[in-house]
Amino acid sequence: MFKYIIRRILQLIPVIIGISIVVFMIVHLAPGDPILMMLGEDATPEDYARLQRIYGFDRPVHEQYLRWAGNALQGDLGVSIRQGAPVSYLIVSRLPATIELAFISVLLGVILGIPLGVIAAIKRETPIDFFSMVVALLGVSMPGFWIALVLLTYIALHVGWIPMFGRGGSVFYGLWQLITTFDGTELYDGLRYIMLPAVSIGTAMMAIITRLTRSSLLEVMGKDYIRTARAKGLGERVVVFKHGLRNALLPVVTIVGIQFGAMLGGAVITETVFAWPGAGRLIVNAIQQRDFPIVQGGVLMMALIFTIVNLLVDLSYAILNPRIRYD
Amino acid sequence: MKQIVKNRSALVGLIVIALLLFFAIFADFLVPNDPYHMDIWVSYEAPEWFGEDSQYILGTDDMGRCVLSRIIVGSRISLLVGAVATGSSLIIGVFLGAIGAYAGGKTDAVIMRFMDLILSIPSILLAIAIVATLGPGMVNAMIAIAIVRIPQMARVTRSMVLSIKEEDYVQAGKALGFSHGRLLFKHILMNCFAPIMVVATLGMGTAIVVEAGLSFLGLGAQPPLISWGRMLAMGREAIRAAPHMTLYPGIAIVITVLGFNLLGDGLRDIFDPQLKQR
Repeated sequence: MFKYIIRRILQLIPVIIGISIVVFMIVHLAPGDPILMMLGEDATPEDYARLQRIYGFDRPVHEQYLRWAGNALQGDLGVSIRQGAPVSYLIVSRLPATIELAFISVLLGVILGIPLGVIAAIKRETPIDFFSMVVALLGVSMPGFWIALVLLTYIALHVGWIPMFGRGGSVFYGLWQLITTFDGTELYDGLRYIMLPAVSIGTAMMAIITRLTRSSLLEVMGKDYIRTARAKGLGERVVVFKHGLRNALLPVVTIVGIQFGAMLGGAVITETVFAWPGAGRLIVNAIQQRDFPIVQGGVLMMALIFTIVNLLVDLSYAILNPRIRYD
Repeated sequence: MKQIVKNRSALVGLIVIALLLFFAIFADFLVPNDPYHMDIWVSYEAPEWFGEDSQYILGTDDMGRCVLSRIIVGSRISLLVGAVATGSSLIIGVFLGAIGAYAGGKTDAVIMRFMDLILSIPSILLAIAIVATLGPGMVNAMIAIAIVRIPQMARVTRSMVLSIKEEDYVQAGKALGFSHGRLLFKHILMNCFAPIMVVATLGMGTAIVVEAGLSFLGLGAQPPLISWGRMLAMGREAIRAAPHMTLYPGIAIVITVLGFNLLGDGLRDIFDPQLKQR
């Protein structure tokens, strides 16, 4: 197992180098001179040259890349052109909001999706199955940001205690406060704000999990060991939950992990709709303002987190299913 | 075709898509009002389904333009961008996947590592970054969506080609001295057609959602072109005054994506009967 982990981590290095080159190239192919945009039309050539030196735009491209990548390795992603603050600080300060939103959304998807999928599989080809499949199909067909708009229009506008924009306190911290001091105000405030964004993002998650749980459980229920379990005279409940579901959830775990990673960077539009102060909205705003250091650093960070989460998913899969380790 | 009629989900999907194509092609004749005609005296008019003067069935937008007419005309951009993006990613992805699997070795490794690289950046974020680089617009949105969709096509093709190239009839062709091109494109790829079509159909839905997202951020088709994503962005500015401006274009997107998902699911069941039996 230890060897497998080391091998997987080593395989990550070329991927990370590749990502950094791609991200760097995307931003540097962009038309439009960022310095001219900062200074405006009536800039003096001296000012122009000075800024060019500060940001290193006067060097050859490969030199710029090496300098940027070298600094990034030390956690220095440069300074935002518009905001003047270090990019790494800007991103790290917004990551908790993004991670919390992704976590709550996935949690919502799992809590609703797995039972729905199990019920659909057990009651196969009944109206209940049909209904769950229609819900799941609708769920995967609705763009998250449109759900967000509908929730804003038809719920947030009419229910006074549900806010339309922004983020309250942290839900995690609120939970901690509730446990330690029996004070639920922080938790209530956090939940109030996170509810609608989490539903918008979690709906697709729920739909994917429902479909996967159903098909996976149906496949497992056709296996020989299920027949053996039934032949032993075990109750249907034990057969389904202990022998069936346990094995059926393996692919679900993988999807949950991958989706969690995707959500960290994929919820950008929903974050924008709710003015959620997360890393995704920071990057979208930076793109609109041509703030290159933030775009570069932000996309790099998101891709890194995504890659690491995927690695963790692979590793957990190897723990759950020992056969994977020996391929 | 007979099987499609038998498969309920494929049939419904096909009908939905056919209707959408009909609306998109004959939009000019079907619109109840001129979609570009502005009349600020009737702006934000609520939908009126029945009644004497229900000229605007789905209401009007901030400029007093007919929402229904704009949705009908907007179907063109969604379908066009979805089809061109999916088609290009299909051609490039199938080519890369097939070459990689057929050649094997270093070629395969280089192509697949590059695909992994694209997959390692969240796709919507990558699409946004690409459009931001190339500049907003319909064509650039197509390019961005095509790029982020290529890896999936390449992966599916690769796995299919890998298994088919060991089949007896391919080996026989090789023994007969067929050229690599003939073997790969005529004998192997023809037999990968079904699963690739399933992925492409489901990919259309994804492409349309991404297009709507890009347009919503103002990165997709620019005015005067009408796109559903942009209509949603305008509706967002007026959710108090005119909730119908966000509701109906979104429903149009959902119906379109649903159509492609239904057809894709149905096709998968048809091509892979084992899956259906479960």
